[in-house]
Amino acid sequence: MKKILSESFWADQDIEQLIGKLLRYGVVTASTIVLIGGILLLIQHGQGQVPSYHRFAGESDSYTTFKGIVSGAISLQAKGIIQLGVIVLIATPIMRIAFSLVGFILEKDKMYILITLIVLCVMLFSTIGGLKI
Amino acid sequence: MTILTFSIIVLLGAFLAGLVGSLTGLGGGVVVIPLLTLVFHVDIRYAIGAALLASIANSSGAASAYVKEGITNIRLGMFLEIATTVGAVVGAVLAAYTPTNTIAILFGVILLFSAAMTIRKKNQEALTEGSKLAEILKLNNSYPTKDGEVAYKLKNVGGGFSIMTIAGVLSGLLGIGSGALKVLAMDSTMHIPFKVSTTTSNFMIGVTAAASAVVYLQRGYMNPGIAFPVVLGVLGGAFTGSKLLTRLDPTLLRYIFCAAIVFVAAEMMYNGINHQF
Repeated sequence: MKKILSESFWADQDIEQLIGKLLRYGVVTASTIVLIGGILLLIQHGQGQVPSYHRFAGESDSYTTFKGIVSGAISLQAKGIIQLGVIVLIATPIMRIAFSLVGFILEKDKMYILITLIVLCVMLFSTIGGLKI
Repeated sequence: MTILTFSIIVLLGAFLAGLVGSLTGLGGGVVVIPLLTLVFHVDIRYAIGAALLASIANSSGAASAYVKEGITNIRLGMFLEIATTVGAVVGAVLAAYTPTNTIAILFGVILLFSAAMTIRKKNQEALTEGSKLAEILKLNNSYPTKDGEVAYKLKNVGGGFSIMTIAGVLSGLLGIGSGALKVLAMDSTMHIPFKVSTTTSNFMIGVTAAASAVVYLQRGYMNPGIAFPVVLGVLGGAFTGSKLLTRLDPTLLRYIFCAAIVFVAAEMMYNGINHQF
């Protein structure tokens, strides 16, 4: 952890290479989690009937809130695990913005630090504001 | 139909959607929505949720390679993401108040437009004279080509920014990457070389889609049973498509698929007008 916090760690790495790696690892991690959840879903409920997706019912709290999804995934519920993968997937580009911010801070590029912060704020607003309007 | 059968069929369909999306340059998300709604009769809201996830996966997967090659203009992407993320949040909020049939019709229109965009003439020229705003915002850059590093400048930053806002709204409303509009803003309006505009557009799609995806997730549009085969299928198809692209010339394929897309778009609009959604 100390290594990550030191400035030389970031300076040594090319930030663009780091962003490239982050995106790749994010997608690989997310799809692996989704795959595990999917296989588990087919084992647990594979022979059950498909719910009526024709009618929109919306998902319950256990699949729409962070707390619900995490507790579902911990108790090894297939759908909870899939949704955990979904969260990792959505978080990947958001993490990318955070990485860009670090890059611009190291370059001491004030204008782009501000621009990146604005984008981060919009994402934050969307995350918090989206909660059950 | 059992969940097992449904998952396998959707997985195969999503794989094809990812393949077609990758070969035409339309993106897998835009192809997966008609597949889910027209073929599997899934509610368009679930389809949008799943398609957004597919767009994030595709964008992040492809962007990782382009960023490393140094083609993507990260500053430009970051600056324009202000427009697309604000637009996407507005679009996601609007979606709650827009009738599903209207969304389907609008989707058909955008699909037609996107198909037309993929077969138009592309901007290869690099501008040598840019605007003052582009200078101030440090948007001018260079990119590697087979003849060495090529410097380019850009203009109409305000116009491009405005189109990006619309692209963001449509992305949030319809659950697509709206890559075609993003390229229109950068390629035709800001006069950025095609290779830079497509890769930068791709880079931005993940963040744009994530901005509305968090809203959709909390609203219950993300169904795990649909998301799982769609995300894995589209990702697999797009990966296969990108491998195929290096080996074959996609021009003919592109025309064939674009013709098919026109039929799909017409079907979406027809069903929307007849209140089938």
